[in-house]
Amino acid sequence: MSFPWANEYKPSTAFTRYLDEKLPLPRFVYNAVGAGYPVPRNLNYFWNFGVLAGVALMVQIISGIILAMHFAAESTVAFASVEHIMRDVNAGWFIRYAHMNGASMFFIVVYTHIFRGLFYGSYKPPREMVWHLGLVIFLLMMATAFMGYVLPWGQMSFWGAKVITGLFGAIPLVGEPIQTWLLGGFAPDNAALNRFFSLHYLLPFVILGVIVLHIWALHIPGSSNPTGVEVKAEQDTVPFHPYYTAKDGVGVAAFFIVFATLVFFAPNFLGEPDNYIPANPMSTPANIVPEWYFWPFYAILRAFTVDFLFIPAKLLGVLAMFAAILLLFFLPWLDTSAVRSGHYRPLFRKFFWFGLIPCIVVLGYCGGSHATDGIVLISQIAAAYYFAHFLIILPIIARVETPKPLPNSITEAVLASNAGASLQPAE
Amino acid sequence: MASLTEDSATAGEEQGGVRRRDFINVAAASFAGVGAVSVALPLINQMNPSADVLAEASTEVDVSAIAPGQAIKTIFRKQPLFVRHLTPEEIAAAEKVSTSELRDPQTLEDRTKPGHKQWLITMGVCTHLGCVPLGAAAGEIKGEFGGYFCPCHGSSYDTAGRIRKGPAPKNLMVPDYSFTSDTVVKVG
Ligand code: HEM
Ligand code: FES
Repeated sequence: MSFPWANEYKPSTAFTRYLDEKLPLPRFVYNAVGAGYPVPRNLNYFWNFGVLAGVALMVQIISGIILAMHFAAESTVAFASVEHIMRDVNAGWFIRYAHMNGASMFFIVVYTHIFRGLFYGSYKPPREMVWHLGLVIFLLMMATAFMGYVLPWGQMSFWGAKVITGLFGAIPLVGEPIQTWLLGGFAPDNAALNRFFSLHYLLPFVILGVIVLHIWALHIPGSSNPTGVEVKAEQDTVPFHPYYTAKDGVGVAAFFIVFATLVFFAPNFLGEPDNYIPANPMSTPANIVPEWYFWPFYAILRAFTVDFLFIPAKLLGVLAMFAAILLLFFLPWLDTSAVRSGHYRPLFRKFFWFGLIPCIVVLGYCGGSHATDGIVLISQIAAAYYFAHFLIILPIIARVETPKPLPNSITEAVLASNAGASLQPAE
Repeated sequence: MASLTEDSATAGEEQGGVRRRDFINVAAASFAGVGAVSVALPLINQMNPSADVLAEASTEVDVSAIAPGQAIKTIFRKQPLFVRHLTPEEIAAAEKVSTSELRDPQTLEDRTKPGHKQWLITMGVCTHLGCVPLGAAAGEIKGEFGGYFCPCHGSSYDTAGRIRKGPAPKNLMVPDYSFTSDTVVKVG
């Protein structure tokens, strides 16, 4: 499914020839992430984040399986078993801090990956399916992280579980039975903790499966690139290995430097101190906040304070929060501009950097703060902009904007920028 | 072979275009479908509250020690339950409000038992997203309307536990209960 000039896998030893006949796994790997996959020659470091997301997932799976060896999913001992991991298990603190901060690293990487797609128009045909599968992964990740956060059974775990399952209670008629069904009780308790553990163990492997589909779908048209111009000839590409394995290696090293800094020097910087208090169903923490990666969505949830027509405010908030993500599924048809890359779209670029990005930062800030009247008002404005950006502004930009002239090919773009560089005075 | 395929292709023609094989296909698929659904039902239903969880579904509360103006927090179905002894002023305040200005119109009578109007028994679960409102324990803030105040997103309830301000859509839920004597309440 690649370009005609892709290198062909040639097994060199008797053993690999035998394997190639019986189970061509090495051939599969060679064609997927080896020298058999031709990739545009001009990818920048934003194209690193897909591989980094895979690395983050592996970190979570390995650290998670080890944690599960010491963790007890029973509501009376879960909190103590996490403390046991922290204090008694050999290197337990390291493994737990790695898993805790690994989740944050995973989201940092995936958010960057998503914004790369938003800026460079990666969601446009022929890669809509890649985009959609990516969103499915994102939804699964959010479910996984939410359920993982419940496991240590601290105050935030408990009240987070209560508030999030409470969202389903907002659905008319069937809401409450659904909530009781999800929890296996009338409030989060042992039944909920157990099933969340079971699913928290399962979902990362489902994610792994969807990642295979995501990459499969990607390899049909091949990777896009910063110009958004499709590959036209062999000179536009280089083989993935060794060129991008090397470049990705640099990114992976940077990833681990940031990750290690968090784990060793600020392991609780991104967390909530209240989660070190054991769950208490009788007392609510003064300010329930989710983990930072859910803040923008939490702000949208809380932005709805008045009923509209017959829809209660609570249901509106829930609908809006889910809509904020589901909306992204329709993006390929909302942004109809034929030009992919933000580099060649002057108007789009302005709204991206000065509209969408600040809007999400503001939403994130509001979602993490105590909900005072002022914060709620700001969230309302920012939430309105978020929806307007995708539903109104993007479609209009696509119609009125005059894009800058595109290069004829990737190679032309690369040579032009090299020529520009060589005009600079030598050092 | 040729005659065989011809036979099966024309076999059903007399029955109005429906082949015998179509019947077998539909029957087999339906049978498997019914089987799959009947296996799926218990697999889905196992997630509902189990017998031991349901067995804890009722509680008895002795209210004799609660003085007017006081309230206690106890547990019903693993969730907080507020039992509040209203003062005459609180009863008067609750009755003064006309139901037409309420988001979830109910009178104090609707929310208490006949002859026990001073006992306001509600779940201590905010109807917004389920936090425990403040106002039951001594010294906690009771909010603008003198009842309960939810710190999570700022819902205020009045002295009848009715929602008056903030995002919560409903009054604090009144569970099923009855007075088994003048001082003992059976909840659930
Ligand atoms: C998509 C990948 C994953 C994400 C995003 C994720 C996220 C999380 C989060 C946020 C926590 C709470 C950390 C804390 O505050 O203590 C957690 C806990 C936990 N996770 Fe995961 N996890 C993932 C994969 C896994 C896997 C594959 C396992 C394997 C069984 C696992 C096992 C556990 C266990 C046992 C805990 C409880 C111990 C603890 O709280 O540290 N996780 N997870
Ligand atoms: S949970 Fe009480 S106001 Fe939101």
